[in-house]
Amino acid sequence: MIPAIEVKQVYKNYGPVVALVGIDLEIEQGEFFALLGPNGAGKTTLINVLAGLTLPSNGVAKIMGHDVAKNYREARRIVGVVPQELVFDPFFSVRETLSIQSGYYGLRNNDAWIDEILHHLGLRDKENANMRTLSGGMKRRVLVAQALVHKPPVIILDEPTAGVDVELRRSLWGFIKRLNRDGHTIVLTTHYLDEAEELCGRIAMLKKGEIVALDSTKNLINNVSGYLIRLRLSSETLPSDLQPLLESYAEGCFILKVNNYSKIESVLAALRIEQIRVLEMELMQPDLEDVFVKIMGNTKNMGSV
Amino acid sequence: MSGFYTLLHKELLRFWKVGLQSICAPMIATLIYLFIFSHILEERAQAYPGVTYTAFLIPGLLMMAMLQNSFANSSSSLIQSKISGSIVFILLSPLSYMEIFVAYVLASIVRGFLVGAGIYLVILIFFDMPLQSLSWVFIFALIGNGFLGVLGIIAAIWAEKFDQLASFQNFVILPLTFLSGVFYTIHSLPPFWEGLSRFNPFFYVIDGFRYGFFGISDVSPYFSFMIVGICFLAVSWVTLRMLKTGYKLRQ
Repeated sequence: MIPAIEVKQVYKNYGPVVALVGIDLEIEQGEFFALLGPNGAGKTTLINVLAGLTLPSNGVAKIMGHDVAKNYREARRIVGVVPQELVFDPFFSVRETLSIQSGYYGLRNNDAWIDEILHHLGLRDKENANMRTLSGGMKRRVLVAQALVHKPPVIILDEPTAGVDVELRRSLWGFIKRLNRDGHTIVLTTHYLDEAEELCGRIAMLKKGEIVALDSTKNLINNVSGYLIRLRLSSETLPSDLQPLLESYAEGCFILKVNNYSKIESVLAALRIEQIRVLEMELMQPDLEDVFVKIMGNTKNMGSV
Repeated sequence: MSGFYTLLHKELLRFWKVGLQSICAPMIATLIYLFIFSHILEERAQAYPGVTYTAFLIPGLLMMAMLQNSFANSSSSLIQSKISGSIVFILLSPLSYMEIFVAYVLASIVRGFLVGAGIYLVILIFFDMPLQSLSWVFIFALIGNGFLGVLGIIAAIWAEKFDQLASFQNFVILPLTFLSGVFYTIHSLPPFWEGLSRFNPFFYVIDGFRYGFFGISDVSPYFSFMIVGICFLAVSWVTLRMLKTGYKLRQ
């Protein structure tokens, strides 16, 4: 199957400022994919390259096999992009904005689908309001709607939930999940890592224009951080075998770090040999935020991912 | 093709929705110019034998108003969407650079024609205007508006801020229009200035346009048409290159 997105050795520099350094990335059709990274990591630049808003200094980017520079018309027809900036055309109402956007894609009678988008994004009662009069959250919804008018197989959302209330976030992700189930490929960036963790099957982390981690969400969380076990024991001291695993000791609890579940068994075995009883035990799953902080903070760990 | 029609329609709607300032305002300004200048200068100046100064002035003012508005249309539309960021909706769309180019230029031409036609109709009420050749009038109006529409695109792509666009308008477009023979025939100028005027493409637009009304001009309308045609093709080529390479728009 042709990958939904294929990026090969893409470089981008703005004069002396380097924004992307040899990005290689392949995203399969039907994936729910997150691009994460701190501000200035190059996420938006990468999205702009895919959207044809920025021409790369070097390298090739393809959407469903169409080169975004050479076959730009085909590539743009199959991708829908929600830009990060809250932009709008002040001359038009919500519905006008959406039918004009449909028209750009050659869609004349798109009202049924526009109605559906308006409904799912909670814009029904605003459809005749001028864009100028909308609140920030409402403008964001219209941006999402504009990206969807042509039912693009590949949908790219650049921080769609920035400055958006909880209710919209829920309904927006509900809608996007439905589109993903229907076969649309979703790529998003967000600073809310819990969103990425909950929604995305795979994650790429960018730092200073480079991909520093690329794996399934599960593996990222498993491999980078391992698990933490909090133990309250019948003994005040830890068996010497287990000393290397000790992360911290607080309030009478030992916190041990293990890489995988099988290691838990050997911890318990070691305790049994010393005849120490476990009074309390809690397994703490690391979350994506731990992974993120670790990868962004510590360059050495990146090799292991 | 329907993507192109949508963009054209949107560009027409854009100025139509603010018709009071995009069409009526320039009409009123031009008519005021006309009444004042004709009142002051009617008795004192004559450009062509048998043609009153007011009659001589009318085609010049008409064309000047059209040129300024066709320039204003493409340039203000583009710079506004560039600065507000809403240009992404066009850049994200599968519209080809040729479609974008033609849509903006056509919208400029339509705005220029509406302003020109509006002024002309009012003038017909007050003044007796000859019309020797409607074809020449139409051809020069078309190509003049097209030329300025293209220049408007170039200026707006180049400019990063409103004041840069304003300086393009004030230091390039305005002097070239005022010094193109709107108010005088270049034969009345000292030789040096007459020679210099022949390097001003706007001179040929106005001279040819005026020929259509009186059948008299400073140079042959065929020659004017050729010069303006070459200028139009040259700036169009530059603009298409800019759009194709993404100059300042897709950097």
